[in-house]
Amino acid sequence: MAMLNMVQAINNALDLLMAEDRNVVLLGEDIGKDGGVFRVTDGLIEKYSKDRVIDTPLAESSIIGASIGMAIAGLKPIPEIQFAGFMYLGYSQIVNHAARYRSRTRSNVTLPMVIRTPVSGGVKTLEHHSESPEAEYSHVGGLVVVEPSTPYDAKGLLTSAVHGKDPVLFLEPTKLYRLFKQEVPEEMFEVPIGKANVLREGDDLTIITYGTMVNVVEKALEKKPGVSAEVVDLRTINPLDEETIVESSRKTGKVMIVHEAPLSFGVGAEVSAIISEKAIYEIDAPIMRVTSPSLPYPMPGYENYYIPNEKKVLEAIDELLKM
Amino acid sequence: MLKDAFSATIKYMQIMDENGNIDQQLMPHDLDEKRLVEFYKMMNLARNLDAKALSLQRQGKLATYAPLVGEEATQIGSAMAMGEKDFAVPSFRQHGVYIARGLTLEQFFVYWRGYEEGASIDKKLNMTPVIVPVSTQMPHAAGIAFAKKYMKEDSAVVAYVGDGGTSEGDFYEAINFAGVFKVPLVVIIENNGWAISMPRSEQTAAATLAQKAIAAGIDSIQVDGNDVLAVYKATKDAIKSAKEGKPYVIECLTYRLGMHTTSDDPAKYREDAEVEAWKKRDPILRLGNYLRQKGLWDDSMESSMMDEQLRSIDQALEKAEQFKPNPDSIFENVYSFMSEALEEQMKNADYSNYWQ
Ligand SMILES: Cc1ncc(C[n+]2csc(CCOP(=O)(O)OP(=O)(O)O)c2C)c(N)n1
Ligand SMILES: [Mg+2]
Repeated sequence: MAMLNMVQAINNALDLLMAEDRNVVLLGEDIGKDGGVFRVTDGLIEKYSKDRVIDTPLAESSIIGASIGMAIAGLKPIPEIQFAGFMYLGYSQIVNHAARYRSRTRSNVTLPMVIRTPVSGGVKTLEHHSESPEAEYSHVGGLVVVEPSTPYDAKGLLTSAVHGKDPVLFLEPTKLYRLFKQEVPEEMFEVPIGKANVLREGDDLTIITYGTMVNVVEKALEKKPGVSAEVVDLRTINPLDEETIVESSRKTGKVMIVHEAPLSFGVGAEVSAIISEKAIYEIDAPIMRVTSPSLPYPMPGYENYYIPNEKKVLEAIDELLKM
Repeated sequence: MLKDAFSATIKYMQIMDENGNIDQQLMPHDLDEKRLVEFYKMMNLARNLDAKALSLQRQGKLATYAPLVGEEATQIGSAMAMGEKDFAVPSFRQHGVYIARGLTLEQFFVYWRGYEEGASIDKKLNMTPVIVPVSTQMPHAAGIAFAKKYMKEDSAVVAYVGDGGTSEGDFYEAINFAGVFKVPLVVIIENNGWAISMPRSEQTAAATLAQKAIAAGIDSIQVDGNDVLAVYKATKDAIKSAKEGKPYVIECLTYRLGMHTTSDDPAKYREDAEVEAWKKRDPILRLGNYLRQKGLWDDSMESSMMDEQLRSIDQALEKAEQFKPNPDSIFENVYSFMSEALEEQMKNADYSNYWQ
């Protein structure tokens, strides 16, 4: 075991994956010599050479598109997009091709590749550096969307993603990169994709969350020792672990979904619809969503007015428990 | 049969060399001594503002910031060549362009302190706000130029992009669009040698960035981007050409003396020796030496200019620091109308007093 933050855990996972399979290659802007703008790929170019840790020209469409080509030809590319806000310059490649190559060739051509990108805010960055786009990509169909909330999960989920056969969007919350360290096994291990993590069990209400908000929810609950909350960290956004979501909802009868992404048409809406469809008669209060408002991520001076915080979560818990 | 289907060359222009020698044949006629002093002052203002922004960022009073130091001649030379009716489309490092075209220093600070109000630019100034996603402003510039032509306005658009930015599809698409529709677009490629950690030599196998224009069927030139006179002349000529239906690309060879942004550590990827060599080619020193040789500038003028500029920067900062954000404004400016969802969210936000 080693105490690692999320940056170190991902770096370690990439290192082990590259050592295991020489067809694994990394490509992206500033990932080699610079070690990535967050230092996630630090040291890997020295270890695996610039043939496998590739500093690309500044052009996202070719980073994603060339990764698709590499995957078609048998490599396992792990492209990095410097920030999720810049992934839109490669969006056509993701949505038109990565997401549907398998279905349109009836599984003849598959694209095992993992696109890594930092997401979400709370760290006072420039515009387009703080988006939480998980719902957009999940909506398309054909893309697995994963978002870890801890160093342990980051290593295990990334390992599963690279070992898998599908195109995966691996979303790394920048706020969590260095927020805390955790014991992480030194050897390779997998955390299964498509399985949520019940972080704590409880009877009064279920809080379903992921990414940056896991930490906010946990902090809020520390201030409410009297409340028996069940906390579900989704870990994978697409496909959702419907079984865990529905079971926990049935058990507590009160459900709150907390995410940083905007409210409208978001992951909360999907989770809420699943619960409505499968357990509406077994829950006894309206499903509550605690999220950012339905508008684009603001500049840093306004982000505190935008992202849900502990206080907002606490007030929502009180409100839900009163119902 | 095998014959040349097409050939082209790219010219390089320098008017004032590192020692202040002037190529008289190229010296623009409209530049009198007064103008040269204006250039000098504006380049200094850009650098002083930049230094202030950097130090504020270090004190936690500014969000992430992209310094311009070293690139003053490219920014000021091109901006000063534009007329009021011409339209500027900068990227994210062109602070010099903004202030040379009349953006208040206060507004510069409001933007970089992290408020949208800083991106709400007086329409009369004819420029778009900071654009962060690299090169995505380029098609806008082509579209603005299209509209200027359509509306028969006597206006050219001057758009800025970095060396790295010329790798993006949006760059190629924009110059291709401009070539096809013969719109009044001038593209300034601010080639500062680096795109974060990627040196120009690894960004593209092309020998120059100016030659990218050839594929779009438009004219281009490479200039010494630390020679404010060459940048000025090239831009002035290009604007004239663009207004006559021939868009233009100007590659300015300059150098990013500072870090990419305040989040960056250049020691990871480049040698100090390279930076030191470029410091000797400092664009401000070059023009300053020339003005002094000509008797147009001296120490006392220098120190009173500095005092005045630092004072106006401090005053602007003071005003910017008084700016009070209005949380409702994030809800009120999303659409031309207030949606039910936003109305409820805004009301709820205020009522619940979550927002601290
Ligand atoms: C589409 C996009 N991709 C990546 C980034 C991150 N990024 C910001 S600036 C930059 C390098 C830009 O280099 P260049 O175009 O040469 O401009 P310079 O920074 O040198 O002024 C990168 C990669 C971005 N802002 N937008
Ligand atoms: Mg550059």
